[in-house]
This record gives sequence, C-alpha cells and structure tokens, in this order.
Amino acid sequence: MTNQLNRRQFLTLSSSLMLLTIPVAANPPRPLDQPVTSQKRWGLLIDTSKCSTGCDACVNACHIDNGVTGHNRPATDAQWIRKVTVKDKQTQKVTSLPLMCQHCENPPCVDVCPTTASFKRADGIVLVDKHLCIGCRYCMMACPYKARSFIHEKVENQKPHVPRGMGTVEACNLCVKRVDEGKLPSCVEACKNAGHNAILFGDLRDANSEISQRLQKVSSAALRADMGLNPGVRYENL
Amino acid sequence: MKRFLILAMCWGLWSMASAEGLFSPPNLPKAKAGSQCVDNPELMRKQHMQHILHQRNQTMRQGIRDGKNSLVECVNCHVTKTANGDFPSIESKDHFCAGCHQYAAVKIDCFQCHASKPDVIVGGK
Repeated sequence: MTNQLNRRQFLTLSSSLMLLTIPVAANPPRPLDQPVTSQKRWGLLIDTSKCSTGCDACVNACHIDNGVTGHNRPATDAQWIRKVTVKDKQTQKVTSLPLMCQHCENPPCVDVCPTTASFKRADGIVLVDKHLCIGCRYCMMACPYKARSFIHEKVENQKPHVPRGMGTVEACNLCVKRVDEGKLPSCVEACKNAGHNAILFGDLRDANSEISQRLQKVSSAALRADMGLNPGVRYENL
Repeated sequence: MKRFLILAMCWGLWSMASAEGLFSPPNLPKAKAGSQCVDNPELMRKQHMQHILHQRNQTMRQGIRDGKNSLVECVNCHVTKTANGDFPSIESKDHFCAGCHQYAAVKIDCFQCHASKPDVIVGGK
C-alpha cells in the first residue's frame, strides 16, 4: 500500500471532510449585533419519565432568575412554569411534567392580539412586547396551555433583564436573554443540577443538534396536537 | 416701538432662561465616576428617548443586544447610591431620571416595568 492517494480516494476524502465541516460552519453563534433569523428554532424536549413528582427545581429556578414574585395568592399570582401531575384513569399511571409556554409555530396568542404585542421572534420564541400590551388578556383566553399570566399589582425590584409591570400579560420567554448569550434556559439548567436532566434544549432546525437527533429516535408528543399549533416544546414518555 | 421693545425683552428673558443653569434641574445625582455617556450630554438631555426607542424595538423584536443604548446600562451608570448607601427609589428626586422628570413635569413610564435600580449582582456597588 502506498501513501499516495489516487484521484478517487482524494475526491472521496475531500468531499467527506467538506460534509463534516459544513454543518459546523452553518451554525456559528449569532453575533449579538445581528438580528435573530429563522435558520434556528429553539425548542425543548421533556422526558416525563425522568421528571420526578414533587420536584419543582425548574419552577423555583425560573421564578428566581426571572424575578417572578407573587403575593401568596395562587389564583392570580404569575406562573411562568408549573408542575402538572396527570393520571391515566384506566391504568392509574401517574406522570409529572413541567408546563410552560409551548412556543408554538402557529401561536393563537399572536393571532388574537389586537396590538401586535404578542409576537413570535424569527427563531420561534413567543414573547410579549410590554411596550404595546394593553392588558386585554385575549391571549390568555386563546392559549390552550394556560401558559400566560396577568400582572394585577404594581411590581417593584424587577430583574434588569426581565421587565415586568402591572397591567401587562407575561409568560415563559424561554429565558430569551440567556439563550441569546448562548446559555441554557434556567429550568433546563436547574433540572440538570437537580440530577434529573429531564429537559433537553436545542435547535429544532439543526438536524445534528442533540434535540433533533433524539426527536428522530424516540416517540414524542405535542400537547393538544389536534390543534395544529406545532409547539416547540415536546414531551417524551407521556 | 414700544411693542418691539417688549418683544425684544421677552426674547432676551427666554434666551437667558433657556441657557444652561437657570432651567437645569438642581442637584442631579452624578453618574458613576469615570464613566462616559454614549453621546454628548447636551444631546442626550433632549434626545435620550430616541436612542432608547430605537434600541428597544431592535432588542425586543430582533434580539439585537449590542448594549450601546440599553436602558439597563443607563440605569447602571446613572443611578448611584445615596448618602445612606441605598439606591434611591424612582419616586425620589435623588433618582437621576426622576430628579429631572419631576422638575420638567414629564411622566416616565419606563419604570412601571423596567428595573429602576442597577442589578445588585451585576451592576451594583
């Protein structure tokens, strides 16, 4: 065997090298002075078999990091994420799962908003622009996941990166600032730190991302798939 | 002639009043030592909202966070601790924004939602 490559070997080798490098080059981190694009779509895959009943690490981390405070009035206090326990009446199987804004591809909250305050960013994150929100709460009624909350009372000592104010609607923003900075959302990090690792975050448009690879292999479900909203949050083992 | 004199006096008074000093709010807190504003202070006094408005839509809608004209940065530099060691409330004249806005009788809406004090961990001290 000789060390020299023939033409065929050279072409095979160079094209496979190119194939290896293209996906890396196509997904560089976004410079923060550039707008987000639809080349990415952020999503979550939640493995309910790893989610522990009674653990609310994700809820606490979310509410602490985003400065979501309440007044000990569960009926009206804001909730960006909540733990839901469901039981199959036939089999008695109990499942615990975190439920937050599902960051739909076709979000009904955006459809109904009369002021375009509710909008979907190019990378799939559904947000409320509080500069435009008039607090009509149509979006809260339209959301089938009950993901949004209304702020009834004056808010003080907000986190600088999470503006919240009386008279506006809010919901999980997928920790948009952290995501822009290349970090994981708070709930994902908290779940990892709690040792459960039930929430996987990543780019649904990138076929090589961990989340896309996993979605190709396992069966997962969208909540209320019948509505055709195509949520960015999917659940495994539900 | 009399009318001209009155007009000239009014104009004189107005230009004196508009000059720096007479109409500038008293005892505005100083920004963080050694910091430089993103633009000429004269211009910022009149046009700070244009800067912030432009940035706010870009950040909110497109995720552009280069931070040059960010409100958080305004607050980090301009809102400084008072003599008792606390950050002033947005209701108080010791707050940089409130000090001027109360003087000019212009309502600020920003801080109904935005934090009016620097982040204790990030921007504090």
